[in-house]
Order: sequence, then C-alpha cells, then structure tokens
Amino acid sequence: MSAIPAAAGPPKGADILLVFSVLGAFLAIMGAGLTQDPIFRFQALTVFAAALVSAFSLIAGLSSGSLTDSPDRYSDGVIKAGVIATMFWCAAGLLVGVVIALQLSWPRIFYFPELGWLNFGRLRPLHTSAVIFAFGGNALIATSFWVVQRTCRAKLAGGIAPWFVFWGYQLFIVLAATGYLLGSTQGKEYAEPEWYVDIWLTIVWVTYLLVFLGTIWKRKEPHIYVANWFYLAFIVTIALLHLVNNAGVPVSPLNHKSYGVFSGVQDALTQWWYGHNAVGFFLTAGFLAMMYYFVPKRVERPVYSYRLSIVHFWALIFIYIWAGPHHLHYTALPQWAQTLGMTFSIMLWMPSWGGMINGLMTLSGAWDKLRTDPVVRMMVVSIAFYGMSTFEGPVMSIRAVNALSHYTDWTIGHVHSGALGWVGFISFGAVYCMVPWLWKKPGLYSNKLVEWHFWIATTGILLYIAAMWVSGIMEGLMWREYTPQGFLAWSFIETVSAKHVENIIRAVGGLMYLSGALIMIVNLWRTVRMPNASDSVAAAAAPALATA
Amino acid sequence: MTYETVARFAQQGGLIYFGLIFLAGVAYAMWPSKKAEFDNAARMPLDHGEDL
Repeated sequence: MSAIPAAAGPPKGADILLVFSVLGAFLAIMGAGLTQDPIFRFQALTVFAAALVSAFSLIAGLSSGSLTDSPDRYSDGVIKAGVIATMFWCAAGLLVGVVIALQLSWPRIFYFPELGWLNFGRLRPLHTSAVIFAFGGNALIATSFWVVQRTCRAKLAGGIAPWFVFWGYQLFIVLAATGYLLGSTQGKEYAEPEWYVDIWLTIVWVTYLLVFLGTIWKRKEPHIYVANWFYLAFIVTIALLHLVNNAGVPVSPLNHKSYGVFSGVQDALTQWWYGHNAVGFFLTAGFLAMMYYFVPKRVERPVYSYRLSIVHFWALIFIYIWAGPHHLHYTALPQWAQTLGMTFSIMLWMPSWGGMINGLMTLSGAWDKLRTDPVVRMMVVSIAFYGMSTFEGPVMSIRAVNALSHYTDWTIGHVHSGALGWVGFISFGAVYCMVPWLWKKPGLYSNKLVEWHFWIATTGILLYIAAMWVSGIMEGLMWREYTPQGFLAWSFIETVSAKHVENIIRAVGGLMYLSGALIMIVNLWRTVRMPNASDSVAAAAAPALATA
Repeated sequence: MTYETVARFAQQGGLIYFGLIFLAGVAYAMWPSKKAEFDNAARMPLDHGEDL
C-alpha cells in the first residue's frame, strides 16, 4: 500500500473522452445522412449509437460521482469487464462455428436465397474473427492488464484509457461482425474488416500499446518479467502487421469499399506475412505470456528455466516473422522465398518446443496438482496441444507435404488443434484463475464442473481434429488422382460429398467444445454469486483482502 | 543492381545477421552475472501480493 492514499476522483481523461464521444456521434450521424451506400449507413448508425451510449454514460458517471478511480488500487474493473466479454464472445464465436459446421454437413441449413446474411461465406469470417479477435483478443487484453500490473507493481497508466481500449475494441468487433453479415469484406483472411474499421482498430490498438508501455514505464520492479515481453511483442507486431496489410484506398470517404495498394504476388506475400504472424503473434506470443504467468502462479512453482524463457522469446519472435511464405508454395512467389518460409517454419520447432518444455517443467515438484487441480490439468493439456500443433505446422510447411495438405481439411484440423487446444484451453485456465481473484472469492464454485468442462471439451477437440485429418488426407489424395487416360479422377463436388460423415463428426466435436464453454460460464457465474472470501475466510487472517 | 544481387545479399547477409543476434541472445541469457536477477525473475508471479 502506498504511504499516502490519494483521494479518489474521476479517472483522468474522462472529460476528453466525453468530448470525443460527442464529436464522434456528430461525425457518424453526418456520415449516415450523406452516404448513398446502405452498408456504410448501417455501420455509421452503429457508430452513432455507440458514441451516444458512451457520451451519456460518461455524463451520468461524472455528474453522479459514480465514475471514480482510486490511485492506490490496481485497475481491476476493466479486467472484470474483459473477463465477461471474453466468455460472451467465446460462446458467440463457438456457436457460429457449430452453425457453419452444420452448414457444411447439410448445406441448406440457415440458407436463405433471398437474404445473404447467413450464407456460409459471410458466417465463416464471422466465426474466425469472433473466436480469434473477440474471444482471444479480449482474453489477451484482460490478462495482459492483470499481468502487467502485478509483475510491475504499478497501476494501469492512462486514467480512462484502459476503459477506452476495452469499449473501443468491443465496437471494433461489432462493426467487423455486422459488416461481414452485410457483405462488407476486403476478402483478406483474418483481415476482412474494411478501411474505416481498420482505422478505428488502429486508434484503439495504439492506445492499448501506450497504456501497456506507460504501465511498464512506471513499474516498481526493476526487471521486466518475460510475460510482459511476450505481450509487448504481440501488441507491437499486430500494430505493424495491421497497418501494412490493410494499406488501401477507399472508393470514397462515404463508401465502405476500398482497394488495397498491393496487387498480384506482392499482395499475396503481404497477406500471408500478415496471416501467419496473426498466428505467431496474436495466437502464440500473447498466449505464451499467459502461460509464463498463470502456470507458475497456479502451481506455485518458479518458471523452470528463466534463461530458456529469454532464448525462447527472442528466437520465437525473430523466426516467426519469416515463416509466412509457406502459405504460398507452388505459386508465382520466387521459389527461394518459398523455401525460406519453409526453412524458418522448420526452425520454429526449436523455440516452440523449448517453450513447451519450459511450461511443462514448471510443474517440477508439483506434478500432483495435475491430478488434484483440473485447472492445472487444463493448462498442461493446452501446453501439450501447443507442442503438438507446433510440431504439425512445420511438417505441413514442407513443400512435398504441403502439396498434399494445402487447401484441404487437414489445414483446418491443424488450426483447430492450435486454437481449441492451445489458445482456448490456456485462456480458460487463465480465466478460471482470475475470476476468484478478481471477485475476491475463496475459489471456484465447483471443481467438478471444471472436470466436466475439461473432459467434454478435450473429447470434442479429438473428434474434431481426427475427423479433419481423415477428410483432409482423403480429399488431398482425391484431388491428385488421375485416370489412366490422364484426366482428373474426381470432380470437385465428389470430393466434397465424400467428406459428409467427417463434417458431421466435426460438428459434434464443435458442439461438445461449445457445451464445455457453457458449463464454464455457469460455473463462473455461480462463483461470482458466492459469498466473498472475507466472509468465509477468517477476516483477521486476511486484512488486505478484507479492506480491499 | 540486379534481382540476383539483391537476393544473394538478402540470403547471405540474413544468415550472418540471424546467426549473430541468436548468439547475442544466448550470451545475454547465459551471462553469469545475470544469474541472480533471472533467478529472482523466475519467481515474480509468485512473489507479488495484492498491494500496489
């Protein structure tokens, strides 16, 4: 506790944010009124509504005095909001995933020829963005705010700025998601949102970077903990990737459509430099930061080898950035560049497995927790999936293997073993840890429910990836099969029909994973509703918690 | 300056550059006088309380 507790007042910058909200509402309603483009109008009206809600909430909070910020306490309110958003988008994103898996199995489900909103082509980016950017992104922002404050022993910098990052990011998600359903897309994988959404995300993301850097800047611990390095690499690299890959020119300031500045093979290379580093820095570096904080914290053991974590960090970030060209084997990209991408992908085995070993071995002396604590088991299985998918990825990047695997379900299975197994489970583990800490509860409502979550979700992942291995290799072999006369043996639609059973198994696997997440939401809800730790634990033994 | 010249420079220069920074990273991690700092850092998630 600081020596002189400063008086609580409204967070710094709340008045400026109010001014910008009013200005934003004005600009948005002007845009909605002047445009000829119905998609742009819909999105402008969404922004208008968000800006109005922001302005009215700020006015209400400032005038009633309920919007306060105590300088002598960690900023945990924004993390609580982040946890709620994480679980909400998790359920939404997984649900859309189940819907599109069902559409692949039975193409007429949710298909309305007159209305395009629920077409597979629009729901698919909604699913990928919802799980990666909405679920994963909120998990990253929330945990990074927790970790950077605790390991720096400093309150989040920037007054109201962390709240702006949180709500600004939710607005980005809503604009991107509704845009896809309306048919607005740049057609670049994982970079589908159009130019105005990209500009908005840039503003939010730079603010996020400044909040993170500002908190590190005023740290009381001289050493910057390795998890913060991973978070920082994630934030900085995503900013860079986003700016370069989305460089484009809008048709007009009042039209949703834009055209990229790159064309041809340059565009393809830029896109997959972006696309693969979205995997490397969004889905890997940030979640490794979670691993390096929440695993030691939960098992109460120090990091197995801090030296290895340093080598892991620098090797990972310097190698990942070059791996993208493995998405472009057998294309117009110069072959030496394809080989370079493949070589760097294979080199990634080393830092990936170094990191996996470091995470797993942190359990040294606490292996019994694997049996007694289902949250630890979830995180350990996530690290195992990290090891498995980072082994599979380099194999698939080899040109000869890629000739079979590329464009098939094998790739989809690979992505899901990483996303469901690694990213999903480490996030679930972190959230299971943080909820009792944030809401000051002695523990989770039910460890039994965590067990159910764990086993249902793990079985779901295994069904999913096994089905995708089978269908992927099958369709890869069918695509390359020739008749004795030298014609392709199968038409494309025959290779689609052949996957019917595997697609149903994939939908069942996805449904099981979603069920696990819903069990988790119930468990967390019941945890938050439990009596506080200070009521059940002897208050005298925990004075810090009792006064908090 | 031809495409081949640029490509050769990027490939060979890149190899040397990455080799050197990798060695620098390993040297930093293994530097003997840093041992105490890193041993303390390995415990950072465990040592903090809820006090600012």
